[in-house]
Amino acid sequence: MTGFSFRRLAAMLRKEWLQMRRDPMTIRLTLILPMIQLFLFGFAINANPRHLPTALVSADHSVYERTLVSALVNTRYFDIRPYPSAATADEALRRGDVLFVLEIPPDFSRLVDRGEKPRILMDADGSDPVAIGSATAALGALNAAVLNRDLPPNLRSAPPPAPPFQIVLHARYNPEQITALNIVPGLIAIILTISTLVLTSVAITRERETGTLENLLAMPVRPSEVALGKIIPYVGLGYAQTVLVLALAVVVFGVPVRGSVLLLMLSLGLFIACNLAMGLTFSTIAQTQMQAQQMAQFAFLPSMMLSGFLYPFAGMPGWARAIGEVLPITHALRIARGILLKGNGLAQIWPDLWPMAAFALVAGAIAVRLYRETLD
Amino acid sequence: MSASSPAIDVHDLMKSFRKRKVIDGLTLRVETGEVCGFLGGNGSGKTTTIRMLCGLLRPDGGGGTCLGLDLLTEAPAIRRQVGYMTQQFSFYGDLTVRENLEFVARLYELADRRAAIAAVLERMGLADRAGQLTGELSGGWKQRMALAACVLHRPKLLLLDEPTAGVDARARRQFWDLIHELATDGLTVLVSTHYMDEAERCGRVIYLAGGRLVVQGTAGEVVAAAHLVTFEATGPGIERAVRALRAAPGVETAAVFGQALRIAGLDRAALAAAIARLDDGRLTWQEVPPRLDDVFIHMLNAQEPAE
Ligand SMILES: Nc1ncnc2c1ncn2[C@@H]1O[C@H](COP(=O)(O)OP(=O)(O)O)[C@@H](O)[C@H]1O
Ligand SMILES: [Mg+2]
Repeated sequence: MTGFSFRRLAAMLRKEWLQMRRDPMTIRLTLILPMIQLFLFGFAINANPRHLPTALVSADHSVYERTLVSALVNTRYFDIRPYPSAATADEALRRGDVLFVLEIPPDFSRLVDRGEKPRILMDADGSDPVAIGSATAALGALNAAVLNRDLPPNLRSAPPPAPPFQIVLHARYNPEQITALNIVPGLIAIILTISTLVLTSVAITRERETGTLENLLAMPVRPSEVALGKIIPYVGLGYAQTVLVLALAVVVFGVPVRGSVLLLMLSLGLFIACNLAMGLTFSTIAQTQMQAQQMAQFAFLPSMMLSGFLYPFAGMPGWARAIGEVLPITHALRIARGILLKGNGLAQIWPDLWPMAAFALVAGAIAVRLYRETLD
Repeated sequence: MSASSPAIDVHDLMKSFRKRKVIDGLTLRVETGEVCGFLGGNGSGKTTTIRMLCGLLRPDGGGGTCLGLDLLTEAPAIRRQVGYMTQQFSFYGDLTVRENLEFVARLYELADRRAAIAAVLERMGLADRAGQLTGELSGGWKQRMALAACVLHRPKLLLLDEPTAGVDARARRQFWDLIHELATDGLTVLVSTHYMDEAERCGRVIYLAGGRLVVQGTAGEVVAAAHLVTFEATGPGIERAVRALRAAPGVETAAVFGQALRIAGLDRAALAAAIARLDDGRLTWQEVPPRLDDVFIHMLNAQEPAE
């Protein structure tokens, strides 16, 4: 007898708005936490760390030493701290105060001048290979050319003979390997998952747990109006978070926006639809907020691990990639990275767009099927 | 719908949860304008019945009408004309009284929202508390707020599920005064309760046990139908006597009420024998008319004997 009513939907939205306003802490948190996450992931969790503390023990203060140190500093991987003796430097390495110890032998400049190619020992703390990996690689590239300029003319080497071929490694899109560039698009997808999947499934289940759902069902409001009334505010919140994080990422981390922002927002809308369908499904099954939270977490963890957010997708075994391909976040992530970093258009993101649409349709059908109009 | 047709007329209702029969062939008739008490022990099926009456649960079997509308096919139309007050308070604690009422009024798409809310606030004596957060109200005021929300859309039938549970005596009495006022205006009320004084304020009571109707009628009729015999004693030593009497055969209940000791049972001779065996001459005994609570405890015992 009663079809869908926008007036009743408006009443639901008004109620949600009042409740949100009464609980400003939650709103503030949902807007501030993503920003903190952005800073955490962008600055703190750096997979390519620079400025690693390095102890310098020098028994030979010479022009060569100064050149070597400044070359090291110029790689930006090393922060040089002079230590008086090898023993104190070793102690610092053991305590973790420094990650490298560079020892310059007493007869360094004499040996260099005599063309004896002295060896410099660089001790590294190998207990965290990830931390020192890039720095070590940078060191390898350093040694050959650095002292050339300072050498006496007779010792200066001619340009080294060209090897038969040379592999030039060139990281595109993120040549400096800035972690933030890679993290930000992923972070947007993760944040949207939290606010649309976790928050909506919990919000709808809350009505059931506190008994207000029974009251709503007994009134003329349609279940679809109730569901939309609960969902729409979180869609809005999700978009607000997206815009905030994106703006911050552009201003603070210099993340480029090479593609169309409109296309990004529309694709994210499809991603949001996937999450809402999933959240709605959870909320029809869960009896308590705790259960809803756990179900959402269950979906959230693989989203972090298998989507390519934390670990590169290419490095995962086949079965993990298969799961990842099903998850909407995997595709949202690629789309966001593609549009922001590579300037992809609709044609390029299409392979990731339709799997999300398929997911939204299937999950939506399940949610509608499970959604009950009565308490049965 | 003519004035004389019943507000609730359902027959042979059945409802099972996971193969367990909760409502087992319930036939129920409530006349328009009646205040009908709905009684029965915990788990006897009161809430389930009320939920079926307003279409929140689908009966597995049986059928009938509510306000002349078919229970199975016209549930949404029934809901529009019914005010249902849930057993658990189910409005939003983080909204004020007025905001909750406004929300309800909007969902019913009431034409003159402001006037309707003002009228109901006035009537329920809630006008002073309209701006207060509902979660901060005491139990009695919460129940009034819930009642206000139930009558806001001017329903023809009120289904109240234990509306006064956990509310103090004065608030309960005031709540019932309101129910009677509403009934005077022609509203039909079905109200479940565990309180005997409330049952006595109902025009008729229906007693439910194990999902079946056990007895119905006015309080007097129910008492008479039980054929219960009650004796009362006064004097020193009633505290000790009550323990001996509880164990005596034929005594169904024995309890002390202030200065008096009451025993009840079906068999007058057995009760007299129990008294005679105990009597040390210090207690004065007399037969008194049974009260409604004696009858209900008797019926609860008959259903599931106490340990
Ligand atoms: N949704 C449900 N699922 C399973 N069992 C239920 C459900 N609702 C009620 N019951 C069971 O049905 C019986 C009757 O419950 P109810 O109608 O709430 O009784 P009352 O309101 O008289 O205390 C109880 O044993 C209860 O456990
Ligand atoms: Mg109940």
